[in-house]
Amino acid sequence: MSTHSNGHVAEVHGEHDHHEHHDTFWTKYVFSQDHKMISKQYLVTAITMAILAMVMSLIFRLQLGWPDQSFPIIEKLIGHWGKGGKLDPSFYLALVTIHGTIMVFFVLTGGLSGTFSNLLIPFQIGARDMASGFLNMLSYWFFFLSCALMTASLFIEAGPASAGWTIYPPLSALPQAIPGSGLGMTLWLVSMVFFIASALLGGINYVVTILNLRTKGMSMTRLPLTIWAFFITAILGILSFPVLFAAALLLLFDRSFGTSFYLSDIFINGAPLHNTGGSPILFQHLFWFLGHPEVYIVLLPALGLASEVISTQARKPIFGYKAMIGSMLVIAFLSFIVWGHHMFVTGMNPFLGSVFVFTTLLVAIPSAVKVFNYLATLWKANIVMSPAMLFAIGLVSFFISGGLTGIILGDSALDINIHDTYFVVAHFHIVMGSSAIFGMFAGVYHWFPRMFGRMMNKKMGYLHFWLTIVSVYGTFFPMHFVGLSGAPRRYYAYTAYEGFNAALNINALISIFAILGGIAQLIFVFNFFYSMYRGKKTSQNPWKSNTLEWTAPVEPMHGNWPGEIPTVYRWPYDYGKPNADDDFIPQTVPFSATPKSNLPGEEA
Amino acid sequence: MINLLTLIVVILALVAGWRLIRVLELVRDLRDEQEIITDQDNRFNGRAFMWFMILGFAGMIYFTIDAKKYLLPVAASKHGVLTDNYLYQNFALIIIVFFITQFLLFYYSWKYSHKKGQRAYFYPVDHKLEFWWTVIPAVVLMSLIVYGLKLWIGITAPAPAEAMVLEVYGKQFDWTVRYSGEDNKLAHSNYKMITDNNPLGVDSTDVTGKDDKIVTGEMHLPVNSKILFKFHSRDIIHSAYFPHFRTQMNCVPGMTTQFFVEPTISTDSMRLITNNPNFDYVLLCNKICGVAHYNMRLKVVVESQESFNKWYATQQYVFARPEAPVAPAAAVADTTKTAEAVQAESKVVATK
Repeated sequence: MSTHSNGHVAEVHGEHDHHEHHDTFWTKYVFSQDHKMISKQYLVTAITMAILAMVMSLIFRLQLGWPDQSFPIIEKLIGHWGKGGKLDPSFYLALVTIHGTIMVFFVLTGGLSGTFSNLLIPFQIGARDMASGFLNMLSYWFFFLSCALMTASLFIEAGPASAGWTIYPPLSALPQAIPGSGLGMTLWLVSMVFFIASALLGGINYVVTILNLRTKGMSMTRLPLTIWAFFITAILGILSFPVLFAAALLLLFDRSFGTSFYLSDIFINGAPLHNTGGSPILFQHLFWFLGHPEVYIVLLPALGLASEVISTQARKPIFGYKAMIGSMLVIAFLSFIVWGHHMFVTGMNPFLGSVFVFTTLLVAIPSAVKVFNYLATLWKANIVMSPAMLFAIGLVSFFISGGLTGIILGDSALDINIHDTYFVVAHFHIVMGSSAIFGMFAGVYHWFPRMFGRMMNKKMGYLHFWLTIVSVYGTFFPMHFVGLSGAPRRYYAYTAYEGFNAALNINALISIFAILGGIAQLIFVFNFFYSMYRGKKTSQNPWKSNTLEWTAPVEPMHGNWPGEIPTVYRWPYDYGKPNADDDFIPQTVPFSATPKSNLPGEEA
Repeated sequence: MINLLTLIVVILALVAGWRLIRVLELVRDLRDEQEIITDQDNRFNGRAFMWFMILGFAGMIYFTIDAKKYLLPVAASKHGVLTDNYLYQNFALIIIVFFITQFLLFYYSWKYSHKKGQRAYFYPVDHKLEFWWTVIPAVVLMSLIVYGLKLWIGITAPAPAEAMVLEVYGKQFDWTVRYSGEDNKLAHSNYKMITDNNPLGVDSTDVTGKDDKIVTGEMHLPVNSKILFKFHSRDIIHSAYFPHFRTQMNCVPGMTTQFFVEPTISTDSMRLITNNPNFDYVLLCNKICGVAHYNMRLKVVVESQESFNKWYATQQYVFARPEAPVAPAAAVADTTKTAEAVQAESKVVATK
């Protein structure tokens, strides 16, 4: 199949001059099958969803920071759910749930992989397009439909799903238990089914493209780390998303057709239910079998983007290229056998718990290797402080900070005390949320010229970076202490019990930083859309980078390269090579052209 | 009028902003910088990383010292002391690694920021280094795993036979506690037997239930006793979280979970330790369970065996006892279904 589409694309390219003017508005901007346009569609959709989810978080941060005050703006934004400027407790849970769902799935999974896998896979491996442009288009439109359904669920009368983004049954199965488990939950599940379809179509396409459409000379060990990251991420998604699909489907059955997969022995609203023999814990096993690999589906592309940006802007090869690939593979493998660490307190057999402790703490080894490799790359580098580089450095900082607290959470003996407290919230917002979003920002700033032919404003980029990193640490560092004071997550207010003094006092500080962070993102959004139209025009290779995407013309074109696809002769990280004429040697330069700088074994 | 004025001001501000941006654009195009990122940018951001690190470290240390007052007081259970120690050992390790790695990250970012005419040091790989920084974390983590698992096995070891058995029963949005009485055995319960007078659905035909007592509002525990909690839920998943005992366990409908705890400090002693005359232990719900999740909690009183006994004597039995006035015997039969009745009922359901 891949050879077929390869031939097809080449053929189209061969008749390039005749085909160029066939695009209508609909085929160019809407139902586009071009990887570059699809990547922009993903990015703009993700930014829109991210703004929505961010505004939600600010609304509940107002409630958490100042529980006794009323904010007229809340009523303006969400109407009767915020009557008198006070957030409704059940809508608080809805906000928390949808904020998590959008950020994890739509922004950091769909948005991150969708944007950069689509943009960079064909460009960096030297392909005319994805293996299947049609599947690619379908993948985006399923994603769009899924986003639309999730957004629509905000406007129904009983409110959207509000059982937490992990939608544990029986809470998510019984409308009697919480209003959001009615139509809102159905929409959530249907939306997620479309999302999974989208992720699978995308993932299969990425894997097939990387395996089959690499240009001449592009062996697997000459692939940029971005591509390795997207490749491993896609495989993780293909193996784990179907399990979530099954979990969601069974939940749909329990909700709508009276089955008892997850329900048993329930007495609610004054009456017993007929369900027997099910287990709510089964859902958690299925959910986290996806849910943990999902963490790496979010994180690996960000690490891949950061590796590329760090090496390019440090003007130095990434340290330990093979170790970087190896550690990603090990992390990916381990991610499938650690899901139980989310379930230490479910009544799981303590022995099984110890197995999961063992596998979980092993993840720290490849993660440590990655951090040390980044540090070694920066050592004696010649760092160009582009906005993308700042975000990549920020990512490494978060990856360290959040990863370290994972050592505590992964240890069952310690987890039983801090499980589901704000300590966990702090941990995953730093290591997964902030790291991944910083990777995404690094990617946007770095590849913006490749996408739009213009540069983003760097001054605004700097301001955005410094405000964001300060507000991320200001928001999530104090949150650890709220957790250590024993405050559970997903509480609407901490006013009722005296032991929550920490939550009361620290929460206001956290909220102030969160609002600052929110304002900082406005700078980014403005910069993004402004630069798209009025940014400074870029040269072909603005960052003096080695990879193939910068050998293609600035003006995006169908098929990516006007003539033949360039051939690759070397790995992508020949930066700062001794005795070379310049401090970078693109992958397209043969060793015969650089006799002075060739190392032993690199003879032409 | 005010709205109109605001509108005009906003429009003027937008126009002014737009002109300003235009001026900046013209300046930018005039300058036509050779490098996208200038020396000035590199210097500024390199220094900013250093300042961010110094101020960040200072802020974190200051905040940590200040926030110490919010941390949970000393652990009030036997295993809690061990887990707290282990937690602080972990923190010591983490903080050391944190400071070293973050320092290197920001220091290198500043020290090696771009200087014209310089080349980076070409250093693609060093197997010796890679070997060591794989092996050292592996050894450290192995020791953490071994130590942590030893602790975990101790915490989750089977409870001794003499441990007092009691049931913590969660439902939207309160807690009920059932004590197993003199025989230390909890009677079976079945959710189909739940009625207004029998909120836990205790099987009235089970003789071990004759001495079971049921308590709401607050839970009392004798200090230094061995307690085996059995957790139950009748509607959705709740989680019984005792922050001061450093433990929690989910309450899952359809299954029983359990946890063994030895409370070591009485409420009165803890009031002295925390210097807070209003201090109380608490049982919190720590699994999202609905709208009033944040208000689902139970006061826990840890007291001497004597005062516990005194309190316990005043509590209600699940079922009225034979010594009690004769009439309730019939009443019990009315309000609580017998096991046979329920079984018969389920058969009816099954054959439908």
